[in-house]
Amino acid sequence: MPAKAAFYDVDGTLVKTNVVHVYAYYAMNRGSLLGIAGRTLATAASAPLFAAMDAVNRKKFNEFFYRYYAGLSEDRLISIAEDMFEDVLKPALYEQTRDLIDQARRAGCRIVLVTGALDFSMRPLVRHLGADDLIANKMQFVGGKATGKVIPPIIEGANKANAIRSYCVREGLALDQCHGYSDSSSDYAMLAVVGRPTAVNPDMRLRSIARAYNWPILDLK
Amino acid sequence: MRPLKTLQKLYDEESQVVITEKGSPPRALFSGENFLLEDLPVGTRVIFPRPPLAGVPNVKAAIRWAINHPEGMEPLHALLRPGMRLTCVIDDISVPLPPMATPDVRQSILEVVLELCADSGVDDIHLIIANALHRRMTEGEMRRMVGQKIFDAYYPERYYNHDAEDPDGITELERSPCGSHVVAVNRRVAESDLTVYVNVNFVPMNGGHKSMGTGLANYASLRAHHNPQTIRGSESYMEPKKSELYRRNERIGKAIDKHLKVFHIESVLNNRMFGPATDFLHKREEDYTEGDRLKFHAMRYALSKVPRAAARTILNSVPAPYDVTGVFAGATEPTHQKILEKSWQQYVVPVQGQSDIVIFPIPFISPYSVNSILNPLLVQVMGLGYFFNLNRGVPLVKKGGVIILTHPAFDEFDPVQHPSYIEFFNRVLPETRDAVEIERKYEREFAENPSYVHLYRKGNAYHGVHPLYMWYWGENGRQHAGKVIVAGAENNHVPALLGWDRTDTLTEAIEEARGFMGRSASISLLRIAPTVMVDVK
Repeated sequence: MPAKAAFYDVDGTLVKTNVVHVYAYYAMNRGSLLGIAGRTLATAASAPLFAAMDAVNRKKFNEFFYRYYAGLSEDRLISIAEDMFEDVLKPALYEQTRDLIDQARRAGCRIVLVTGALDFSMRPLVRHLGADDLIANKMQFVGGKATGKVIPPIIEGANKANAIRSYCVREGLALDQCHGYSDSSSDYAMLAVVGRPTAVNPDMRLRSIARAYNWPILDLK
Repeated sequence: MRPLKTLQKLYDEESQVVITEKGSPPRALFSGENFLLEDLPVGTRVIFPRPPLAGVPNVKAAIRWAINHPEGMEPLHALLRPGMRLTCVIDDISVPLPPMATPDVRQSILEVVLELCADSGVDDIHLIIANALHRRMTEGEMRRMVGQKIFDAYYPERYYNHDAEDPDGITELERSPCGSHVVAVNRRVAESDLTVYVNVNFVPMNGGHKSMGTGLANYASLRAHHNPQTIRGSESYMEPKKSELYRRNERIGKAIDKHLKVFHIESVLNNRMFGPATDFLHKREEDYTEGDRLKFHAMRYALSKVPRAAARTILNSVPAPYDVTGVFAGATEPTHQKILEKSWQQYVVPVQGQSDIVIFPIPFISPYSVNSILNPLLVQVMGLGYFFNLNRGVPLVKKGGVIILTHPAFDEFDPVQHPSYIEFFNRVLPETRDAVEIERKYEREFAENPSYVHLYRKGNAYHGVHPLYMWYWGENGRQHAGKVIVAGAENNHVPALLGWDRTDTLTEAIEEARGFMGRSASISLLRIAPTVMVDVK
């Protein structure tokens, strides 16, 4: 059997959260009362804008959204990530997430999380799930402070597929034997690039795509 | 005046065998969710099911008698002791077909057994459904099978489905050094002081060593007999002496009996599949009354006018008023032998000689499509797997003969129950239909696919490897038949993928079959349902 991997989207697939929840946690742990209030209010007020942008263009949304991280220090982001995992991500894990990952591991798959979230915020989750690798966005830091810009290419949509393809070439994996799991039609490319795609908690559009292409549909909710 | 040949046939064969004459009525044949009404060529041999045997007058009394007078074991009450760990293992929803009208015989057996356990101070009891790699039964199905009282007392902590993929839920009893021979069972059963197996014997291949050896096993253990070689070595699944499948199950079953104490309670049903509204289906068309004909035409018309899904729902919602014709208990082999005798008594019709062409009407249901869809792979398994094997070692159809199936062969799959079937049908069959090649190239991939494993464990899906097993199951029929024609297929691609021919009507199918076998080819119709088996002399 050739070497293979199982690639998992995170937000909505393995956990109930999305990147905004993660950022909101940072906003609420700004370190000063004024900072907390300012960022929390700004985040809350921007929620409808985020939703609209995300629906229209995930790439633009990510670029726009990550600007909110500008000015936060790297060491603070990393240390808060641990608390954020315990407070936000861990409770939001779907009950059957671990089963799904364990089954893939028993089938001889390497476990790789593929997410548009920032890498430092996902490291504790990677450790918790025992994943082998992480493909995620990386924040640009200058002088220890986040610039609000993500090092390209931004991991989303079609770029997830490119990242997975490159990863398989680099690691010597058979792409047609690999599994892909996602909840969103924006990850269609990621699912289409692997040989064994599966829709997990799919949105309406992905559900109809999965039905059309005879992909299995899982419900972890 | 009947020709002498026909008269001779009429006297030679018993009343379950009718030779078609000029004045014979058209036959009512299942074709998926509806019926065909077909005139058959003169001389066609029609084999009807036997009338239902009389049921035991008091089912619970029969159960009590059986567990107090077991075969080759002490009575059940003598095996019970306070504080012991006991597990009742129950056959799953794949038998009987259609599901039995309540109370299900499994409920009756459990009520007797659990009452006896309570009186004996046995409290540590689990009820496990022996679903092997079949889908998990739903909560509603589980409730219906054991009744509200037992369900409330045991579900979900102590009444659940076997999980063949639970890494902590399986115990290996034996393993050969090369790993090709594994005997594995459910951990709770392996750790029990006593296992009581609650069986429903629908056809002779059920029960006996197959109960524990298959129902509670895992994929590694099932591989020993669920493979093309075993099926090719089985002349009939229904005749233990002629079945390699039975022999391999027997080896596993004996190993289980060596390690575990198992008290089998086996029950056997008659073939009363249809209630008052459709009881004419038990009769020969010659015996239909005007009322029967009216009911048949009304049913056929109604089913033709509703959408297929609605017809399916209607047909699936009508339970069968089976009667229990016998209950036996005790050690595996002597108990099962008694059951087999009862089963053959109900099903077997002796017939003289094989036929060149055999017609199998395919109904709307199979063991793997209860409350679901009879997809193309299941049509295949019904025709070439089960119906072909409804004999005692000699198939009804001659080697190289033609099998005709009546079914629309629609391209419909249930993504909830049969997700891996969809991939198998669309990805594997276009590449190869060779069962040995499929096993070599695809079995492990389908068996280990984490998505399918997850759907099997957490949803209500058949295991990922199940469609391959369905394909293997039709292997001896596929190897034996020279041609398979599906009459009434509504499309070209499904029969083509399965390697079959198609025709619009049964008449055309018979013409094509005669073209293949010769104008004087003999024809038989196995008039299922109800269930019937042949003993070809």
